[in-house]
Parts: sequence; structure tokens; C-alpha cells
Amino acid sequence: MDTNYTLTKNNKTIPMIMMAIGVVAIVMGFMTDTTRAWAVLLHNNFYFTAIALAGTFFVAVQYVAQAGWAVGIKRVPEAMGGFLKYGAIGMILIFAFGHEHLYFWTHNEYYDPNNPAYDHILVGKHGFLNIPFFSVRMVLYFLIWIGFTMLLRKESLQEDVDGSLDHFRKSVKLGAIFLILFAVTSSTSAWDFLMSIDSHWFSTLFGWYTFIGLFVSGLATMCMFILYLKLKGYMEHVREDHLHDVGKFMFAFSVFWTYLWFSQFMLIWYANLPEEVVYFKVRWEHYRTLWIGNFMINFIAPFLVLMTRDAKRQIRILWVGGVIIFIGHWFDVFVMVMPGTVGKDWHLGFIEFGTMIGYLGLFIWSTLHELAKAPLVAKNHPMLEETLHHHI
Amino acid sequence: MSNQAAVIESTVRDPLILGKKDYHQITEDICRPVEGKANKYWWIAFIIAFTTMIWGILCLAYTIGNGIGSWGLNKTVGWAWDITNFVWWIGIGHAGTLISAILLLFRQRWRMSINRSAEAMTIFAVICAGLFPVFHTGRPWLDYWMLPLPNQFGSLWVNFNSPLLWDVFAISTYFSVSLVFWYLGLIPDLATIRDRCVTPTRKFIYGLLAFGWKGTARDWLRFEEVSLVLAGLSTPLVLSVHTIVSFDFATSIVPGWHTTIFPPYFVAGAIFSGFAMVLTLMIIARKVLSLEQYITIQHIELMNKIIILTGSIVGVAYLTEFFMAWYSGVQYESYAFMNRAFGPYWWAYWSMMTCNVITPQLFWVKKIRTSVLATFIISIFVNIGMWFERFVIIVTSIHRDYLPSSWTMYSPTFIEVGIFVGTIGLFFTCFLVFARVFPVIALNELKTILKKTGNQYKKKGTY
Repeated sequence: MDTNYTLTKNNKTIPMIMMAIGVVAIVMGFMTDTTRAWAVLLHNNFYFTAIALAGTFFVAVQYVAQAGWAVGIKRVPEAMGGFLKYGAIGMILIFAFGHEHLYFWTHNEYYDPNNPAYDHILVGKHGFLNIPFFSVRMVLYFLIWIGFTMLLRKESLQEDVDGSLDHFRKSVKLGAIFLILFAVTSSTSAWDFLMSIDSHWFSTLFGWYTFIGLFVSGLATMCMFILYLKLKGYMEHVREDHLHDVGKFMFAFSVFWTYLWFSQFMLIWYANLPEEVVYFKVRWEHYRTLWIGNFMINFIAPFLVLMTRDAKRQIRILWVGGVIIFIGHWFDVFVMVMPGTVGKDWHLGFIEFGTMIGYLGLFIWSTLHELAKAPLVAKNHPMLEETLHHHI
Repeated sequence: MSNQAAVIESTVRDPLILGKKDYHQITEDICRPVEGKANKYWWIAFIIAFTTMIWGILCLAYTIGNGIGSWGLNKTVGWAWDITNFVWWIGIGHAGTLISAILLLFRQRWRMSINRSAEAMTIFAVICAGLFPVFHTGRPWLDYWMLPLPNQFGSLWVNFNSPLLWDVFAISTYFSVSLVFWYLGLIPDLATIRDRCVTPTRKFIYGLLAFGWKGTARDWLRFEEVSLVLAGLSTPLVLSVHTIVSFDFATSIVPGWHTTIFPPYFVAGAIFSGFAMVLTLMIIARKVLSLEQYITIQHIELMNKIIILTGSIVGVAYLTEFFMAWYSGVQYESYAFMNRAFGPYWWAYWSMMTCNVITPQLFWVKKIRTSVLATFIISIFVNIGMWFERFVIIVTSIHRDYLPSSWTMYSPTFIEVGIFVGTIGLFFTCFLVFARVFPVIALNELKTILKKTGNQYKKKGTY
């Protein structure tokens, strides 16, 4: 039961091929349209960082809530957090070299009173949206996220070795501290990385909306990794009862995401204030199919697919649900990033999908390597018996 | 459902039922308040609550006779005390629904000792809440006009674009489902009381209330199926009711009201205030009814953790709103928030901040969150803070509107205060009567977890 995952030959080669495709797509992107390439990079870098972060968040929540059932699967979200370091490097590089293309608040002309482009709204935000402060915040986010991911992982692995209950206790504390910091950084990072693209626009709900979206895609990804491990004959202790619970989470948070989507959209649409409604206007005019599709694929599809008890207990249907949610939320982030960067001349071609495949390759590579480093079951976790006898 | 959950429980979990209870002892302990005579303290509390309620009724009667001109509203501040109280009471109800629906889905066994009284609280709180809009219309005898009924009054028809109408639907649905869910859970327990009755009158009344429950396997099967369906219906209701209440404000273009974070933040705030009220009530009830072995320190600690969680969510939302008011660059929005914090109603704002954001953070200290006295005091603080939150949102946002010549202040009349105090009397009267005629703990449901979490069945963990 407490075996490590052994990387197969395909596990080593396929992610490499995917990453190669990604590199080709990115290079092609820079050769055709620089802004588009940076936007695609930001889109994918944010999306996969968010998924990795959802892994750490999931682990922290399970400790703080003292959930027993998830002990048997916790090595998977733990391993997902391993991608964060690549996300950090990516985000720092993207901001350092691509900010001119992505965030128009970084352009100097808006702050020069003698320039016709002078923008008093951006000047008003300058105390928050300026390159040094943005950079400090960005580094701080990743230090917190990576730091806590590593600390939680360390306690978990050390527990395997000496079996002391102190690791569990310490993890609960670490989890609680992480959740406080995450409550703030998840919102502020969403404002920074995504909302500031549309630099004039604002919405108080934006941070929570983004966070729930990333949590759902993280759950779907986690689910698919568990299914893959089962497919390969690992994780026999994870039965349909555990999958059922993972499926419930995917279902429930898809609905919750919809609730936040609706709340944000409806209130802005109803009040119809020009400074707010402009955000949806551009999406309605130039991204209509994707914008409506986003709602359909992230609400209607998971709602119908994962509604019944039987659906959540069947591996095949969970695959379907997982893939739908994963792709659906990829499009959600797409519709958040693109209108403010590439505008109405958006594309959905090899550059976009190729980069996604590249990032996915890196994510799979990173997660499988992390999984291979440690046993798949935390054998000394004090709630292990609960997960082994989990029946619902 | 919960009783299908794993039998094996980790030793790090503390027992939820103390005192080496057996099944019979649970029945005895929980039926005692219903079967025995009320003690002196119950009568004192009841007389105070009942008198307060009568006072509220008199104030309501005065309002009906004289119109809402007897309140302190004016042409700038058209919503104030009454809507504050409405939102406050509706929010308090949310803990009951959260415990009965969402904690059920999360398989939290500790909900069993508190769900019955929290659900009862929901129903009483919604009744108190409903009074305010009903009487704010000024002509409560025409309130059926709020329903989309076919009529002969020409163009009289409800406005489906109005969130106030959505509220009518949301709250009446919420009330109905909560009432049915609560009563359904009571049926097996009422049958238990019926079977223990010694006088024929009592037996007849409880027999009627128990709907002929026999406790057969077929009865239980149906009971569990219906419970699950109702839990499924209640879960979206927890979110939808306060969401729609938040729409009352957020769909407008009033600075300080129109903000997208309102729906989830109102829901979190509602659960926050609801748990504070559950704590206030349960801390008294466990003492007066000698239920300390069922509503343990662990229960109090877990509820305090929910207070920390929801209180922090509310705190983050306050800061987000304040930040966005500045970040948006909209001068009206910025002014509204500066006016809240430093304007004439600064004391309301800082009372809200102190009670809602700072005091719950004390629960990070284990000693404080496991102390009954400290919890009781902080729960009162949260109740007060959440009242001020609604007052701040409602009054400070509208008392200084776009037109400075209309700026004004609002203060309540003694009639308005009387109605509010009267609803508190009504709430406690209902709760006290409930505690005498119905079992305050779901005893049959509690028995299903005895062998998992009773302290004589558990090896004490080392955690």
C-alpha cells in the first residue's frame, strides 16, 4: 500500500514531447505577434499556478477541518503543489519582460500631465499599481505559497518516517496560518495578475470569483491524477466512496462558481454603470461564443454530468467531468486575460493550444516526479484508519 | 446519510457524548425538560420575554394606527431601523439551515446536539424578520398585493424586476422548507415522548403531533429519504436567501450598496451572526437544562472555529470594499466609505469593526475558545456587531446622497426601538416555549452516533 509511484517510460517521454510542443508554440507566438504570445503565456502560467495552489489549499483545508476521508488521497494534492516553483519563475519572467504588452498601467505616458494620454484614473491607482510594489507583492505571494507548500509537505513526509503525532498537530497549525494568508493573497493576486489587465475596471467580487474557479479546476485535476494512478494499479485503498466525495466537491464548487459568476455579472448588468459594465460589453461583443460557452461548459455540463450518485462513483464519468471542468476553466481564464491584452483580434489556434499543451506537460512531469518521491499513502497519519474504512 | 458513515473513528477525535450514556439515559436526559415542571428560572425568563413581546405588540399597534410616520424615517433616509432589523434577524436564521443542511452534507457529527434548537431558532428568527417589511408597507392589511395574484385592480401587478419581490419568494420558500425540515426531524422524537406520556391528554396531543409514527423500518426508510431531499433543497436556500437580501441593496446604484462582493459576503455574515446567536442560546440552554454532556466544550469550540472562519471572511470583505472604493477612482464610492469610517456615524462603523473583525480573532487562543464565559461574551459582541453592520450599510450609505442639500441624519423613535425589542421578546418567548414542549436535542438522531462518539466507547486520544 505504501509504495512509491514508479515513473514509466511514457511518463518521461510524453511530458517532454508536450513541453517541446509548448516551446514551439511559444516561439511561433513571438514570431507572429508578441502581445499575443505574452498573453498566452500569462493565461497558461496563471492557470497552472492556480491549479497547483489549489492542491496546497486542499491539503491545508483537510488538516484544519480534521477531515479523515481525504487522508488516502492527500499525497496527490501535495504533489500538485510542486509545480508552484515553475509558476513563480514563469510569472516573474512574464512580468519582467512582458508587462508592457500585458498591463497598460505600466506605460509611462499615462502618468505625464503634459501627455495627451494622461489618465487621471490610473494616476489615482498609482499607489497600488506601480512596478516596484507589484513586483514586491508578486514575490511575496510566491514565497508564501511555496513556503507553506514545502512546510506542509515536509511535515507529511517526516510523519512517514518517525510516526510522531507532532507532525499532524503542526500541520494543523501550518494549515490554519496558510489559510489566513491565502485568504488575502488569493484575492490580491487575482487583482494583480488578472484584474489589473483591465486597469480601469474593478469588481469587489473578482478575487473570490477567481479563487473558486481555480479551486474547481484544481479539484478536477486532482481527480484525474487519482484516476490515472488507479488506472496504473496504484491506490487500491481509494475506492468509489472516495471518488464519490471528490466528485461531490467538483459538483458543489462548480455550482458555487456559477453562483459567483452570476452574482458578479447580474449586479453589474442590472446597475449598468458605464465604468463597470464595459468589462462585459467587450466580452459580449467580441468574445460572445466563448463568454456564453464559458457559462455552459462550467455550469450546465458538470451539473448534468456529476449530479447523480452513480455518476460520481464511476471512473469513466469522472474522467468526463474532470476534462470538462479542466477545459472549461481554461477558457474562463482565457476570457479574463485576452480582451484586455489582444483585444478583439483574438485567436484560438496552435499558439494557444500548443502553449497549453506545453504547460500541461510541465505540470504532469512535475506532479508525477513529486508523486514518485514519496509513498502514495501517508502511513502514519492519525486518521488513516478512517480513510481506509470510508463508506458512504 | 450520516449514520451510514464510517464506524471507525480516529483516536485523535474527542468524544461528542460524555458521561457514559446509554440509549435509555439519552432519552431520560433529553425528555426531562419536556416532562418535568418548569423551574423558577424558566418562569422568570418567560415573564420577561413575554412582557417585552407585549410591549413590541403595542408599538406595532401604534404603528398600524398612526402609520409609519411614527418612525424616525425621513425623505432621505427611507430605510433604516426596520430594514436593519429585518436583515439582522434573517441572518441569524442561517446558522440553523447551515447546520441542518450543509453540515449534514459534510458529515459533521457534532451538528446532532445542536441542530434541533438551531433550526427552531431559524424559524423564530424568520418570523421576527418578516414582521418588519410587513409593517413597513404601512398598510399591512394590503400585503397580499406583494403576491402575484390575479386581481381586478386594473394595472396592479407585482414588479418582477424588483429584488424586493424576489425577497418575498425567497423568504417564504426558506421559511416553508425550514419549517417542514424541522418538523420532520421532530416526528420520531415526538413519538418517543408520546410513548412515555402518563396522562391521556398529553398522550393524545403528542400522538397527534407525532403523525402516528411507529418506528418501523418502513417509517425510518421514508424518513431518511425525505430528510435527504429536504437537505438537498435547503442547501441552495442557505445561499439564496441572504444573496437575495443582498440584492435589495447591490442592484441599486447607491455608493456603498452597489458592490459585487455583497452576495457571498452577506451569506458569510449571516452564518457568522447565526452561530453567534446559537452560542448565546446554547450556552444558556445547556446550563439551564443540564445538557453539558451533550453540548460539550468541544461543540462550543467547533462553533467558535466557524465564528473565526466566517468572521474572517467578513473582515476580508470589509477590507476589500474599502480598498476597491479607493482603487475604483469613483469619487462617490470613495466618499461613501470615508463617510462611513470618519463621518457622523463613525461610532457605528467602529463598533462594527471592533465587534466583528477584532473580537472573533480572540478565538485563535485555545483557552478563550474553550472558555464558556469568554465565548458567551464574545457571542454577544458578535450579535451587536452584526446589527451595526447592517445599520452602517443601510443608514450611512443613504443619509448623504448625491445631493448635499438633502443630507440629513437619522435617529429612531421609541416606537421603532420598541418594535425591535419586542421581536427579541417574541424570539425568546418562542424559544422558551419550544424548550418546554419539544425535545431540544434530536434524541433519536443522536443515538445513531452514540457508539462512535460516546466516551465509554472511545479510547481517549492523545491529541
